[in-house]
Amino acid sequence: MSHEDIDHHVRIYMRVFAALVVLTIVTVGVSYLHLAPGPALALGLTIALIKGSLVACYFMHLISEKKMLLWVMAISLVFFFFELLIPMVTEGNNLHMGA
Amino acid sequence: MSSVIPYTVEKRPDTGLNNVKIGIWLFLASEVMLFGALFGGYILLRVGSTEWPHGSDFGLSVPLAFVNTLVLISSSVTMVMAWASLMRKDTRKYKIYMFLTVLGGVGFMVIKSIEYSAKFSHHYYPETHNFLALYFTLTGLHALHVVAGMVVNAYLLWPGFKMWETNPQQFTNRVESAGLFWHFVDLVWIFLFPVLYLL
Repeated sequence: MSHEDIDHHVRIYMRVFAALVVLTIVTVGVSYLHLAPGPALALGLTIALIKGSLVACYFMHLISEKKMLLWVMAISLVFFFFELLIPMVTEGNNLHMGA
Repeated sequence: MSSVIPYTVEKRPDTGLNNVKIGIWLFLASEVMLFGALFGGYILLRVGSTEWPHGSDFGLSVPLAFVNTLVLISSSVTMVMAWASLMRKDTRKYKIYMFLTVLGGVGFMVIKSIEYSAKFSHHYYPETHNFLALYFTLTGLHALHVVAGMVVNAYLLWPGFKMWETNPQQFTNRVESAGLFWHFVDLVWIFLFPVLYLL
């Protein structure tokens, strides 16, 4: 990797850092809107998902990695969502969405 | 039988990656599942309860957690800058950035310990409420990861740095792998912060 490439990467890191700070401030700001639990969860997790994607894509270089690594993470994410969905499926008759 | 692990520097012809990178990503995939199980537990307990407290009901401080988020994000930037400095063969800057990364970890743990002591002083323990059980389990496991990352980063900053003299490419790969773990720790906190403190 040439010095120019590294400089280009560093500029991206700084932009991602700025975006993460702004999105963190937005996350806290949204919490003061006192939205209902459903929309608040959806909005909060959407912002977290954007921040997480920025970290994974740019700091962890996933955006420019080999396809094999993308598959490893894609498969683990599929099982991750299974883990999140299993409680909803098994407890489907007992959901209250505690607020 | 040779004790040398193959493809620690050069890329494997079949995967196009060295074994270090494959290893750390497979480990991170297992970490996704570990934290996924706990987030699943959070969802199960939250949607199954008729009332769910807000973090502020147990005195969770949003400003403190906000500062901790900024500390961890900043340390992620210094970590990636440490790696970039090695790629430029600038070891002086590498040491500065790596030191700042370790310092960020220390700062995070100091703030976390202030938060924990405040909970204990109010007699808030994991058995007090399901919310607190999840809070202590999730943040406790995350804090263990922060400590583990700090130990590895401190090793690469001081005793482990001597590898730079003999095998700079392998050392750079080690720093990159330690960075991937550190960014993952940051990533987990990005989700823990809104889930526990704000929603």
